[in-house]
Amino acid sequence: MRHTITLLVENRFGVLSRISGLFSGRGYNIESLSVGEEIDPRYSQMTIVTSGDDLIIEQINKQLNKLVDVIKVTDVTEFEHVEREMVLIKVTPRPERKAEVLNLAEIFRGRVVDSSESTYTIEITGDEKKIEAFIGLMKPMGIKDLVRTGKVAILREGFKK
Amino acid sequence: MKLTGSEILIESLKKEGVKHIFGYPGGVVLNIFDFLYDDKDIKLILTRHEQGAVHAADGYARATGKPGVVLVTSGPGATNTVTGIATASMDSVPLVVITGQVPTMLIGNDAFQEADIVGITRPCTKHNYLVKDVKDLAVVIKEAFHIAMSGRPGPVLIDLPKDVTAGKTDFVWPEKVHLEGYKPRYEGNKWMITQAAHLIEKSKKPVIVAGGGVIISGAHKELRELAELTQIPVTTTLMGIGCFPETNRLSLGMPGMHGTYYANKSIQDSDLLIALGMRFDDRVTGKTDSFAPNASIIHIDIDPTSIRKNVRVDIPIVGDVRKVLTALNKTIKTEAKTQWAQIRKAWLKQIDAWKRERPLTYTPSDEVIKPQAVVEKIYELTKGEAIITTEVGQNQMWAAQFYKYDKPRTFISSGGLGTMGFGFPAAIGVQLAFPEKLVIDIAGDGSIQMNIQELATAVLNRLPVKVVILNNGYLGMVRQWQELFYGERYSHTSLDVVPDFVKVAEAYGAAGLKATKPSEVEDVLREGLFKIKKTVFMDFVVDWKEKVYPMVPAGAPIDHMLFEEQEARQEKKRRLKVVK
Repeated sequence: MRHTITLLVENRFGVLSRISGLFSGRGYNIESLSVGEEIDPRYSQMTIVTSGDDLIIEQINKQLNKLVDVIKVTDVTEFEHVEREMVLIKVTPRPERKAEVLNLAEIFRGRVVDSSESTYTIEITGDEKKIEAFIGLMKPMGIKDLVRTGKVAILREGFKK
Repeated sequence: MKLTGSEILIESLKKEGVKHIFGYPGGVVLNIFDFLYDDKDIKLILTRHEQGAVHAADGYARATGKPGVVLVTSGPGATNTVTGIATASMDSVPLVVITGQVPTMLIGNDAFQEADIVGITRPCTKHNYLVKDVKDLAVVIKEAFHIAMSGRPGPVLIDLPKDVTAGKTDFVWPEKVHLEGYKPRYEGNKWMITQAAHLIEKSKKPVIVAGGGVIISGAHKELRELAELTQIPVTTTLMGIGCFPETNRLSLGMPGMHGTYYANKSIQDSDLLIALGMRFDDRVTGKTDSFAPNASIIHIDIDPTSIRKNVRVDIPIVGDVRKVLTALNKTIKTEAKTQWAQIRKAWLKQIDAWKRERPLTYTPSDEVIKPQAVVEKIYELTKGEAIITTEVGQNQMWAAQFYKYDKPRTFISSGGLGTMGFGFPAAIGVQLAFPEKLVIDIAGDGSIQMNIQELATAVLNRLPVKVVILNNGYLGMVRQWQELFYGERYSHTSLDVVPDFVKVAEAYGAAGLKATKPSEVEDVLREGLFKIKKTVFMDFVVDWKEKVYPMVPAGAPIDHMLFEEQEARQEKKRRLKVVK
């Protein structure tokens, strides 16, 4: 099963390598990983999406906890949480479909952040389902380029942990 | 007063109580070595290879329980430590390895003797550091020793660029360590401990499996109390050897691939396993699906990742084995009203029957020296008072099987990584820590050649390490697998050219002795162990056909054991075929 794990880690060089090395060295799989500084610049926040059976997920959580630079590990999958990802999509629609692209972007609350004679670059944010749906709709329009941030996740407040 | 990085390093090591460093100099550690030149309190043991330095520090640490310290240069000096670090990491040995690094300005430039040792050793250290500012140095050293020694111990590496060793700052020794992400848990969960006590009381056929964690936490007394109080037999893994007296009636010896028949039978037949400071290595469990099929499992270990990694566990207790056992013993004593001797009678009787059915054995000979006979003779002559180190392979298994260990920290062997070339330098470290003790490395002719250069270290430092070479001309353990599982195709396991070990020893200024007949074994041992007061190589030319039994083929359940007599039967069949 798929799990989203958030980590509070020391903001030091080598920390990312320790974590990615743990995954590759033990044969665990990383589906996405995102890192950013915390409010307190001494720390960073990471979100890792991984998959495995219960025993593997348990090992991943324990192994991450064992790293000296890792302060807190939360498997948010087990709790009410919000997940978001941002994608930038550069599409090259034929002239007669340009309006459709803009329409769809609006329906998905996307924004056009760059345009040229033949392309639109659309920024879209959401959970996985929404992103996949939008990418699906853009495919027939001609996707030239696509970059995604990887997921970030946060616990919802007011729910029992 | 401002001190240089080198001075801060040495002063910090003194604060940590370090008396010996094992090391090897080089370009970027010149500042440190220059400072050591005049130092009176710390002695540097110059090995002849950096790998030897790490194994020596490792042996020192295993024998004393104190951290072993290593100091080497950058590049090749650093990379040569990797095998030693990985060895220590697998067996939870506390080491602090200090490597020199090129100046911070040059890092990443592929400078002369530059290696990214922090990157290389990340997966085989407990933690590691690159110190970029001399101001951080004291804190890093304090943290390194704390991490190496606490929780589940392990090696910590500190990479020190040359400019940091020369840079100056105020020396402030931190009294406390502050690590937000590192807080090992020592006390076991009380509720779980009570549950464990209940299970022990209910069980009919319990077995204790004691591992290296019992030795590390110093829980041998608590273990003995538990075993004797509740009359539960104890099997000790390779790393746990010595944590429970093998001369005790409740001892089952070693379990697993080359374990005793009765240890493996007991585990497979048990209804409760109490696993203490061990991690269910594949050499212990064999096929995990059929391991202890009827047993509930209580697993006590300080490392949460060891629990439920390889086998299912009914009662997991994360904590220090000694602390948990103390609480467990107390709970059992106050709560259980059981007549232990009475309820264990049938189980212990069954175990005694297994012990009689198939004891550890071999076929003695008057014509060729049996390696097992040499080990037995060492036990007899030393009365079990020696500290034994081993290399890896058949020598290691025979040393584990045919010498009886009654005290912790008297059997020192590379268990997890299985590093050939470990035993001799480790013995040097042990001898340095215990100059008065008899320290014996039980070696093979293959393994001893992997760090034979350390003869110089032993001789120079007047360390009377005794090396017993069970010389069969083969990489015996691999040969054994080829014989049993690869259709006797002996691919590259014959050593063909084995040096004259007597002459090698003498060339380095050590003593050399040789025995080729069974009648010479005792004399050579008496002379080598007791009469000669310096480093000795004793070369025993042993029966090359001898194999380690019992043996569980890799991946088989641990009660599927091969025994010597089966081999004899097959041999007979083969001969008959030839006659026909």
